[in-house]
Amino acid sequence: MQTVLSEDQEQFKHVVQRFFDTHSTTTAVRKLAETETGFDPLVWAQLSETLGLPGTHLSEQYGGHGFGPVELGIILEEMGRTLYCGPFFSSAVMAGYALELFGDDAAKIERLPQIADGSIRATLILDDLNHPSRVGGLIKATPAGALTGSAPIVLDGCSADVFIIVAQEDSGLGLFALASKAQGVEVAAQDSIDMTRKVARVTLNQAAGTRVGSVSPQDLNRFWDLTSVALAHEMIGGAARLLDETVEYTKGRYQFGRPIGSFQALKHRCADLLMSLEFAKAATHHAGFCLAANAQETIYPSMAKAMAADCFMDMARAAIQLRGGIGFTWENDTHLWFKRAKCDEVLLGAPYQHRARMIDILQEAQDVA
Amino acid sequence: MSHDQIRAELEAFLDAEFSPDLSLVEWRKRLLAAGWAAPLWPAAYFGRDFSQAEALVVSQVFAERQIVGAAQVGPRRLAAETILAHGTSEQKLRYLPKILTGEHAWCQLFSEPGSGSDLAGASTRAERKADHWLINGQKVWNTSAHHADFGILVARSNWDLPKHQGLSYFLIDMRQPGVEVRPLKQMNGHASFNEVFLTDARVPLDDLVGGEGKGWAVATTTLSIERQGFARGRSQGAPAAASAGRVYEELARELEIDNEPYTWYPQREGRPDLIMQRAQDTGAIENDVVRQEIAKLICLTEAARISANQVSAHQKSGGQGVLPAGSIGKLGASVIARHAAHVHTMISGASAMLSGPDSAADGVIAETLISVPAISIAGGTDEIQRNIIAERVLGMPKEQRMDTGPFRDIPRNGQ
Ligand SMILES: Cc1cc2nc3c(=O)[nH]c(=O)nc-3n(C[C@H](O)[C@H](O)[C@H](O)COP(=O)(O)OP(=O)(O)OC[C@H]3O[C@@H](n4cnc5c(N)ncnc54)[C@H](O)[C@@H]3O)c2cc1C
Repeated sequence: MQTVLSEDQEQFKHVVQRFFDTHSTTTAVRKLAETETGFDPLVWAQLSETLGLPGTHLSEQYGGHGFGPVELGIILEEMGRTLYCGPFFSSAVMAGYALELFGDDAAKIERLPQIADGSIRATLILDDLNHPSRVGGLIKATPAGALTGSAPIVLDGCSADVFIIVAQEDSGLGLFALASKAQGVEVAAQDSIDMTRKVARVTLNQAAGTRVGSVSPQDLNRFWDLTSVALAHEMIGGAARLLDETVEYTKGRYQFGRPIGSFQALKHRCADLLMSLEFAKAATHHAGFCLAANAQETIYPSMAKAMAADCFMDMARAAIQLRGGIGFTWENDTHLWFKRAKCDEVLLGAPYQHRARMIDILQEAQDVA
Repeated sequence: MSHDQIRAELEAFLDAEFSPDLSLVEWRKRLLAAGWAAPLWPAAYFGRDFSQAEALVVSQVFAERQIVGAAQVGPRRLAAETILAHGTSEQKLRYLPKILTGEHAWCQLFSEPGSGSDLAGASTRAERKADHWLINGQKVWNTSAHHADFGILVARSNWDLPKHQGLSYFLIDMRQPGVEVRPLKQMNGHASFNEVFLTDARVPLDDLVGGEGKGWAVATTTLSIERQGFARGRSQGAPAAASAGRVYEELARELEIDNEPYTWYPQREGRPDLIMQRAQDTGAIENDVVRQEIAKLICLTEAARISANQVSAHQKSGGQGVLPAGSIGKLGASVIARHAAHVHTMISGASAMLSGPDSAADGVIAETLISVPAISIAGGTDEIQRNIIAERVLGMPKEQRMDTGPFRDIPRNGQ
């Protein structure tokens, strides 16, 4: 199993980094945050066509590039660092992984290439984003594929072309596809704490979905692992950016005749935060390497999600605190990351739920042995 | 006086004097004249020299009978208590009545872009002229300055002395051409604080408090009062403004304006009061981890409440006997707010992301999550409270200072 990035991966990181440094400046982020769809179609086209990013982790046979969670993680880390606004997580990660894992072959052949090349923006509708065991409580499918129910939080629900939906069938969970403009679909924008990632409520009333696969509990767990690790990468990217900028701030701000960074209280806090960041990064990268090596049912994805979430949130709190009054203003950029941290913390399960899941996994492993 | 006597005298007064048809100011003038507006204050200055326990009887009677009391909301309290402690007799007689009647609103002009934690590093300039002080500089984060008639101001009157000795404390009229107030938007979308530009603003010589160069001692009183306020939380006080009558209508209007900058303050405090209900409504109460975290929160909030009551029972009003213990309460308040936000997040799960009409408690939880960071900054940061507790309460050795000597030689921001 890998322990560090390969040379090729490092190079890829540089390319991706340069792209988002250029195209996801805080000026751009602030502008997009104020729009309804929350993304810039030109940047989306560029990252899709020039860099092919949405297909990174998807199989080559379905139009992807055949890389894995590690390369996807590299992208998300940079997106978190620059707070990229766009449907990458919803379409490439959530919908892409769902189709890849749950879809039947015909559906994958038909739909994945368009997700991989960015020509279609899909999003996944899960009626519960807290725990895999809770999915399927709200959206039901009849044997004929009529979908009814409501999901309160659908990422980029207002701008997606296609919905991929996990719905409860008579026995088990099925995967369905539905055009976002289809009959019986109602999409209502929801306000989110995090203005840089748009969410919507989607309500289905006898909407005629196409059945495109089925969702086994094992696959759903695998999906939860893959998406949680992807999100963990976004969080450590954001946290690293905050630490860099906060440390810089403490060097330049004077109180009591000296830089505030010279106070041991702030040094110690920053040192603790770096330790937390290094651990969260180690956990997240290791989780990516495990998933890439196809290790099944390990604690590492949940560990990464829990640690990255706590780290990002602690970092965001400190980033405001160490700036004092200016950190609490709208004009200062710190709150943009604070709000992303708050939402990432609870998306796909809060840290305490992931910690509980780790213990469940360990216990199951013991029972099997 | 026995508590029964206090009650009897107050009830007789209310029977004779109170009518809901009075104007708000007229009613408060009557309260003031009889010493019921601020019973904790000295008899010479509108009070009755009451103890905390005696004053409690007064507020109980007010609450029972839905009586409108003195104006309380906002930094006017800081101004009043500071003037009471350090002002001249003329200042007390001139300023305190209109604070109590609500005719004047106040703001606190302490922080500057270059000096927040280091309040003694203020560089707003106060120059003594023949018949006034001339003020030039900028203040920032000034809550309610956009509604204020007067401000309590810390400015530098001497640049050659060590920093603490060169400060003076002023009462400044905000309604003058040299004062410009610009609201600042906060990360939670509200704009309750401001930046205040002082350009050749004037302060009459009489409005210096505590003497030239004595500003630091006066400011310290204001800060202790402020910190105790944090520890105590919001006072209820105001009666249901829904009652009929002119005095209630005017009160409702006053509160609408006075409270406007503070609408999010309960959220800043973390709303621990909503936790049990939310946990029950969502079913999160069944989760053992959540139960533990709620219990921890209850330990903190209950202990803070009990401790604040004990502290205030030990002291009299008027700024005397103000303890650095206020810093413990202030630090506690920010621990509570943070923990409450944490528990709210656990209870809400993924729906903590939402802030619109679909969000929990009509958006109150969302607003809580993005308002809590203020409490560990406003009124002196957590780090500053910890320094005060360590050095002044525990008596630990002081941090080596790098800011002694003439103020003009101390390294500052933007130099
Ligand atoms: C909601 C709100 C309302 C406010 N209302 C008012 C008001 O009405 N009037 C008013 O005058 N001000 C007001 N303030 C300002 C507040 O008092 C200051 O923001 C606060 O004192 C911190 O100062 P600063 O913002 O300059 O941060 P800085 O002093 O620059 O602090 C930056 C960081 O350095 C740390 N630091 C500084 N010195 C030390 C040290 N010696 N040891 C360890 N760490 C240190 C701080 O703790 C902080 O983390 C308000 C602030 C807020 C957020």
